[in-house]
Amino acid sequence: MTDQSTASGVTLHGIEKWFGSVAAVRSLDLEILSGELVVLLGPSGCGKTTVLRMIAGLEDPSQGDILIGDTRVNDIEPAQRDVAMVFQNYALYPHMTVQQNLGFGLKMRKVPRAELDAKVSNAAQVLELTELLARRPGQLSGGQRQRVALGRALVREPSVFLFDEPLSNLDARLRLEMRGEIAQLHRRLGTTMVYVTHDQVEAMTLGHRVAIMNEGVLQQYAPPLEVYQKPANLFVATFIGSPPINTVSGAVKSVGGRSVFEAPGLELELATPLASEPATLALRAEGLSLLENVHEVDFTADVVRLEPLGNEVLVYLDGPASESWVARVNPDHPCAVGDTIGVRLDRSRIHLFAGPNQKRIQTRLDAEDSLE
Amino acid sequence: MTVTVLGRVRAGKSLAWVLTFALAASMLVPFLWMLSTSLMDELEVFRFPPRLVPETLRWDNYAGAFTARPFGRYFLNSFVFATLIVLGQLFTAATAGYAFAKFEFKGRDKLFMLYLSTMMVPAVVVLIPRFLLIDTLGWIDTYAGLASTELVSVWGVFLMRQYFRTVPRELEDAARIDGAGPWRVFWTISLPLAKPAMATLGLFAFIDAWKNLLWPLVVTTSMSMRTVEVGIASFHGTFVFN
Ligand SMILES: Nc1ncnc2c1ncn2[C@@H]1O[C@H](COP(=O)(O)OP(=O)(O)O)[C@@H](O)[C@H]1O
Ligand SMILES: [Mg+2]
Repeated sequence: MTDQSTASGVTLHGIEKWFGSVAAVRSLDLEILSGELVVLLGPSGCGKTTVLRMIAGLEDPSQGDILIGDTRVNDIEPAQRDVAMVFQNYALYPHMTVQQNLGFGLKMRKVPRAELDAKVSNAAQVLELTELLARRPGQLSGGQRQRVALGRALVREPSVFLFDEPLSNLDARLRLEMRGEIAQLHRRLGTTMVYVTHDQVEAMTLGHRVAIMNEGVLQQYAPPLEVYQKPANLFVATFIGSPPINTVSGAVKSVGGRSVFEAPGLELELATPLASEPATLALRAEGLSLLENVHEVDFTADVVRLEPLGNEVLVYLDGPASESWVARVNPDHPCAVGDTIGVRLDRSRIHLFAGPNQKRIQTRLDAEDSLE
Repeated sequence: MTVTVLGRVRAGKSLAWVLTFALAASMLVPFLWMLSTSLMDELEVFRFPPRLVPETLRWDNYAGAFTARPFGRYFLNSFVFATLIVLGQLFTAATAGYAFAKFEFKGRDKLFMLYLSTMMVPAVVVLIPRFLLIDTLGWIDTYAGLASTELVSVWGVFLMRQYFRTVPRELEDAARIDGAGPWRVFWTISLPLAKPAMATLGLFAFIDAWKNLLWPLVVTTSMSMRTVEVGIASFHGTFVFN
């Protein structure tokens, strides 16, 4: 494959999309840098596909501007936008051979026959499709179809690649393999890629930045680690991470001049004074320490269930404020179902969320400088 | 025990065979009878008891028919008539069906219902208006007059619309991104996928046109513009009544 495709960034500005009275996307601003791989992540129905289709030009935004490079493309036909899209169901032309599928875009662009053939056979080679060129999509396995769909986008050498859940129809092993290949492809081509998925592992492993959406609204747009460590709101905190983050509903209160977070059976002092209001505490499984020694603990809890995963064990606990705490511990940690055990919460990893949108109000409970 | 079960299965099978043969015979015998009488002379046809096989095979009956009436010309007319209709209906049904299935325009579904509702108007009702129309155009006794009012089939539009609705939207989207304009998408993606429906429609249109008696009878006046169906009917009439 010749690495001559030029990348361009994509900018979405104040994008709204309504289907009748249903809002699919609400006031979306998103800047995707040239050469960046951005993942749109969110639950099914949150508007990811709609965003991708609007970038491709298959759907007109109800409001707002779409820029590819420096050009406003709202009124430009899909064919002229220099984007290629891999569809979730692959959308291979069933009546054409693999060869014809791969070459269709070039043929439409009146690329000379010899050049077309060279590019198609090149792409086929890269994706190990050479043996299958004469077959039709109906005669291919799921993984092979996926490769053809990828190849059809590749041969075009577009300046932006759009992927709509390209791996969701593959089995787990193939998905892992293709994930690696897409990452490698991106490294080699350096083309801008917008990758839609509902799979957080794909998002975390592939994306330079992850845009998390819910019900048509962008929740957070940040590098994967930041999304994990500093979720912008409760939705992001609970959506990202496996096992799901521990949450406790309570309230920030003022007790004798000090701010505390209070929930049934749990009281934590806050380093920074905060306004009194209902709040939710969240803490990932690795933020819980299980101690034999009952001093210095925040509460005691009963071990309900163990999930040994080999390299770690998930310990499910019935404790105060929540009957479903989960802790991530070393596999050699001595605890068994039925034990009563001391739990200490890592102050530096606790998040508090409050307000109508459950925004993060404080990252850590032990430092003053973390309020953003 | 197994014997009786087997026996029953066998009995069932034999019954099925008997029925199959009976049905086949009911189709074949009249046809063979027709072939046989076509080779008899006039008296032999009406002989009682009827003969199954002609005494002498009169092959010249066929030559006689072709000289008594210009059946060659009739066949040609029927063929032109049916072919024009097949081509016309395929074209109009594919394009209109596609538009109804894939394009979004104001009042689309209402218009489609209006279209469908014309299926409820019996063909005989529009026979006179059609004739007047063709007469005004001066197309009586021409191929244009024969075929022009048959080029659109509402049923065909309906069939094609239903079929195009099953073609996934993503296929066309992919083609659009690949650089195909609307006509290209239609010709290279959607239409090839609709081949089965097109074949069905074409077949039915051809058979319908070929068997159409009333319209060609009304709209043609000269011997040389008649279709086979009209020709046979009049040929038949002549020989029964004289
Ligand atoms: N063509 C359409 N007509 C009406 N509603 C649509 C259409 N496409 C998407 N929607 C709605 O918009 C919302 C977002 O859909 P989509 O972008 O497909 O979500 P996702 O890809 O994140 O699962 C959903 O509520 C969906 O029902
Ligand atoms: Mg989707």
